[in-house]
Amino acid sequence: MTQPPLLSVEDLEVRYRVTSGWFGGADVHAVNGVSFSVAEGETVGIVGESGCGKTTLGQAILGLTDISAGAIKLRGTERDRARRSQLQIIFQDPQSSLDPRLPVWRLITEPLHIRGGYTRKQLIGRATELAVSVGLRPEHVDRYPHEFSGGQRQRIAIARALAVEPALLVLDEPTSALDVSVQAQIVNLLLSLQAERKLSYVLISHDVSLVRHVADRVAVMYLGQIVEEGPTLDVLDAPRHPYTKTLLDAVPSFDRPLTSIAPRAGELPSNRTLPTGCFFRERCPSATTGCELPQVLAPADGLRAVRCHLVTRATDTAVPRTAPRPVFSSPNDAIA
Amino acid sequence: MTEPSGDVLLEISDLSLEFRTYRGPIKALNGVSLNVRAGEIVGIVGESGCGKSVTMMAATRLLPKGSAHITGGGIRLFGNDPMTLSERELQHVRGRLVSTIFQEPMNALNPTRRIGEQIVEVIRRHQRLDKAAATSKASGLLRDMLISEPERIMQAYPFELSGGMRQRVLIAMAFSCEPKLIIADEPTTALDVTVQALILGLIKHKAMSTGTAVVFISHDMAVVSQLCDRLYVLYAGRVAEAGTTESVLAAPAHPYTRALIRCLPGLAPPKQPLEQIPGTLPDLLDPPAGCLFRARCREANDRCVSVPPLAAMEPARRAACWRRIEETQAA
Repeated sequence: MTQPPLLSVEDLEVRYRVTSGWFGGADVHAVNGVSFSVAEGETVGIVGESGCGKTTLGQAILGLTDISAGAIKLRGTERDRARRSQLQIIFQDPQSSLDPRLPVWRLITEPLHIRGGYTRKQLIGRATELAVSVGLRPEHVDRYPHEFSGGQRQRIAIARALAVEPALLVLDEPTSALDVSVQAQIVNLLLSLQAERKLSYVLISHDVSLVRHVADRVAVMYLGQIVEEGPTLDVLDAPRHPYTKTLLDAVPSFDRPLTSIAPRAGELPSNRTLPTGCFFRERCPSATTGCELPQVLAPADGLRAVRCHLVTRATDTAVPRTAPRPVFSSPNDAIA
Repeated sequence: MTEPSGDVLLEISDLSLEFRTYRGPIKALNGVSLNVRAGEIVGIVGESGCGKSVTMMAATRLLPKGSAHITGGGIRLFGNDPMTLSERELQHVRGRLVSTIFQEPMNALNPTRRIGEQIVEVIRRHQRLDKAAATSKASGLLRDMLISEPERIMQAYPFELSGGMRQRVLIAMAFSCEPKLIIADEPTTALDVTVQALILGLIKHKAMSTGTAVVFISHDMAVVSQLCDRLYVLYAGRVAEAGTTESVLAAPAHPYTRALIRCLPGLAPPKQPLEQIPGTLPDLLDPPAGCLFRARCREANDRCVSVPPLAAMEPARRAACWRRIEETQAA
């Protein structure tokens, strides 16, 4: 029997109850049936626009938000409280994820402090070790978060996550709050830590070039579903799902003039009441008959899976990329 | 770069500015020079704290009076020094000649009033139009922003709109009085890439069709490369490099611009360490003498202890780097 993957997420659904209105609340369908797995030492990237459920997915993996249906398994068995420390998270904004009143050594060893059974001296020693491993200086452990720059604070957050020797880190937009020159430092740190410690990463980001650089596999999310998944370069260099194409066309690039971008005007549908059929149908340039039926994530070419009947039905014949339309060809295209 | 000709809308020369704080003066600008001519799209790029927003806020006198002090250099906005204008004259300049699009559209709109009222108010303040004419003008402006039901949007309150829609409303407002110059301060940073692509397209199209000059402030080199004719790269309150977008991106001259482009993940092979800029920004409470990038620069030498001038390199380029100046002189 093959080894079960380090982390597997199976048919995960997350719904939030929002209490508003006179007639009771409505449900926000944040994650709608997501399955994927992460192998030991692997990085899986999750990309998508804001509101697509990528952050909720990351929090559900950690147990920071309750799941409505589905399962999250660690090495084949249900993730229980005792083994949650195998999973740690790095948040986007190190300004708000570090308690301003605690010295750095306390921040870094907070997980150990909660676990208990360590002397102050042991904790300071361990904090110093971890601080050095993320590129801080030993004397930094006596300082407070406000004395550090954004990049250094993110290093502190990384050291804290490493304190309990996790197997997997969820990186939720780890460099979005940082300047590009500092972003490179943090990316390099994450890559070298992964190599040293055989860490697995779930990298949640809207930055396609960052995901392309770091991830082995990538999943593209739209309205709480994975619409396309596969090896990073396959998906990002030759996208098959119409949404992936739309998303990638919109990414600003040095070698493409603005006028060749054809964004589909319109916005993410509401996740209060989910659309019927294909979730992307309303905005899809190649919508046709069959799209009114719910779509399944089915294997396409190679190791890739796509949630689009147009792609998976004609698996071997590549769907031609839709020709870019000029943005201003017809003002009536806009959906208010 | 040629000398500014007659149609220069904004000229900033050697501007130094500091914020007085209890810890001492923060030297936010340390000699910024730039100009914007009619009809062009100029990008200002740099990391946070480099002075890109402060420069443009100084130009439109939007900085708080008590704490911001200009300590050197000057600003000419449509031939006037904004610091000497009366409040009334300033109102005219800001609405009629210059307008600004900010990063966070929710903060720029009044949450208690309908979108339509807010646009009509701006139009009627600066133009002699009756309410009906202003309303129909507002609806036309929204239609230009690819909003297909302007009447419905004008009845809505800001909270009912998405971020991208709010930003489109603000762009419509910015263009409503047909200004000569629009300052767009990171207008797409808070938006998703698909919405960003649309907004950038709208700004570029509208600016080109009306002949409005745009100053586009951004930290994103790729965005700037798609939109701007010329760009200025700022570092620690000083211009590091200036030139046409193609020339700067194809062959950056200043070591800072080079590093800034090379540290982007998109250009390196996957999983390989990215090129990083060692160290951090200089402390602007006590900036070092000489070239401000010196401590992080791998090409620094003895000459860099004195401030390098923004010297002409080739016809369309200037850079503030002694190394490049030496190379140009040698050639």
